[in-house]
Amino acid sequence: MKIAALILIGVAVFFAIISAIYWFWAYEDGGTMMLIGTVLLGLLPGGYYLWWSKRMKPRPEDLPNATIADGQGVIDAFPGSSIWPFSLAMGLFLIILSAVFGFWFFIPGAAVVVGSLVGVTVESRRGGTV
Amino acid sequence: MTLLAELPDVDHAPLDHDDHGHHKEPTWILKWLTSTDHKMIGLNYMITAMVIFFLSGAMALLLRVQLTTPNGAFLSYQQFNELFTMHGSLMLYLFAGPFAFGGLANYIVPLQVGAPDMAFPRLNALSFWLYLTGSITMLLGFITAGGAASFGWVAYAPLSGVTSSPGAGADLWILALLLTGFSAIFTGVNLVTTIFYLRAPGMTMFRMPIFTWNMLVTAILILIAFPVLTAALIMLYADRHFGTHIYSVQGGGVPLLYQNLFWFFGHPEVYILALPFFGIVTEVIPVMSRKPLFGYKGMVFATLSIAALSTGVWAHHMFTTGAVLLPFFSLMSYLIAVPTGIKFFNWIGSMWRGQITFNTPMLFCIGFLIAFLMGGLTGVMLASPPIDFATHDTYFVVAHFHQVLFGTTVFAGFAGLYYWYPKMFGRHLREGLGKWHFWLMFIGFWLTYMPQYLLGLRGMPRRIAVYPGDPGWQGLNQASTVGAFIIALSFCFLLYNLWISWKRPLPAGDNPWDGHTLEWFTTSPPSHHNFTHLPRIRSERPVWDYNHPDHVTIEHAAAGHTHSHGSADAGGVPE
Repeated sequence: MKIAALILIGVAVFFAIISAIYWFWAYEDGGTMMLIGTVLLGLLPGGYYLWWSKRMKPRPEDLPNATIADGQGVIDAFPGSSIWPFSLAMGLFLIILSAVFGFWFFIPGAAVVVGSLVGVTVESRRGGTV
Repeated sequence: MTLLAELPDVDHAPLDHDDHGHHKEPTWILKWLTSTDHKMIGLNYMITAMVIFFLSGAMALLLRVQLTTPNGAFLSYQQFNELFTMHGSLMLYLFAGPFAFGGLANYIVPLQVGAPDMAFPRLNALSFWLYLTGSITMLLGFITAGGAASFGWVAYAPLSGVTSSPGAGADLWILALLLTGFSAIFTGVNLVTTIFYLRAPGMTMFRMPIFTWNMLVTAILILIAFPVLTAALIMLYADRHFGTHIYSVQGGGVPLLYQNLFWFFGHPEVYILALPFFGIVTEVIPVMSRKPLFGYKGMVFATLSIAALSTGVWAHHMFTTGAVLLPFFSLMSYLIAVPTGIKFFNWIGSMWRGQITFNTPMLFCIGFLIAFLMGGLTGVMLASPPIDFATHDTYFVVAHFHQVLFGTTVFAGFAGLYYWYPKMFGRHLREGLGKWHFWLMFIGFWLTYMPQYLLGLRGMPRRIAVYPGDPGWQGLNQASTVGAFIIALSFCFLLYNLWISWKRPLPAGDNPWDGHTLEWFTTSPPSHHNFTHLPRIRSERPVWDYNHPDHVTIEHAAAGHTHSHGSADAGGVPE
């Protein structure tokens, strides 16, 4: 967990230095803004991981001497199969095509997207189809 | 999407929910549509990407036919523009990236870290379907009245505006990249989460296989780069249709902003395409040399620094605009050569005094090393502004980036295919046919691209459909066309190889290469949720340690002890 945090914090630190150099050398707004955006992208998750890594027991995958038995217990619930990703993508496909082939594509597209979002959420609350 | 639960009565690895019997697994087409298994999604990605690759390669052949003779009349100007645009777009956006981070990474990363699936299986499925619909959207451009997009794969702003590029083809191109952009972002999130949270016990970060490391870094690069592209394209679409003037001078906008935004995506994208393939090579070379990887940590830090530097060099594509800070971007671009050199050193170090087997995956890796070295060296040349001013937008640049990208995505990509095919299907590809594939492709590769360097130095611009007869460009162009057809011929051997492996399979067994990493511990093809048991993980090559208890890998972890606990401990029953 700590290394994960350090990688992302490292992204933030590196780009903080680069944005400073770039701004004071080039005085260019666009590039500096994108570099600062990258600093934040590293800082937000990296800071979150760092905060957690100080507050949790080390996980078995971070311990060099852990045995496979240390990882006992359910690690995750994985959905077996689900139609909703496919239907969600098809709805988005129709919405995207509506920008080119006519606005009426938007209506069935939006219906399918909303239906799929409801479907996938309900499926999650049931714990998936597993 | 997934639910973390603390139920102590279930074992770790074989978390197989299909045994419960209270729902039926769908079959046939519905199984394909509803699957959330990372292996099936990975295969879907790879098959789709291969189809795109062959389509795009066929377009390249049409382009080469047109350029064989001066003033060629095989294609019209409009057709030529559409074809080179779509060739570039399909290869870069829809083949190279998705083949690596959607296909191979999806299949291999959960296996390498000992996970039962990706962290968000349904998001993973959504990624694939968005990629597929995005690909279809882009190809739909060919059947619109105005034809497909024809502004080059970079879509520079004044040219991609609605006055210069009217028609639905350009819109479909932009919208397709919105879909595939989101697909890539979702895959990036999925990979980062999987690698951070679903590793097997004992698999510390510094024991992960280098392919997994590279995919982690690639995924972070995706999260840095793709949102910028999506934003730039939404603004481009708004300029075209909603009357904004972000990139148009008439309304007070800045066309150069598009180039800045595009290349802030575009240069990391090159490394999003390259790093996974570096990872493949780093997996294959030590296994085929029967040695542990030389310089594991150096490899990790080289990957991290390549990725970091690659985000600070975007404007070296814009040297000739005269509006960028030349010394900064030139210096940063030169710096990338240092970690790349470390990688080359470590690859050669891994082969040094090893027992090298020159089988097909290894040959492709060596082909990659040579091809990428050439492309990389000309890249260092192009990082120098004076050389760039002279060669910008000539065939020198075309040859450079084709050698880099063909070298990585095709040579290393097919090294990965030949290497992991036994894992995916439990059967071998034929060695003889594979060697034919390699040598024809290797010869064709050099014959195609070396003349293009010379053409560039003699001043032939890129993206021209016809050229005059007098500057003496014809002979070199003809050599290049012949090379392209030799490459095409080499792929016939691959297709025949795939076909014959289905007709008359050669069973491969679970661990045909005596591999190092966890994917070789499970069955071929892996069962649902991958593992029924796992070996002890005490080094970065746990399966080797398990199979060779007398030759335990020296440990690289930060734990402070240098050897693992020896054969009595490591070679016991799997836990």
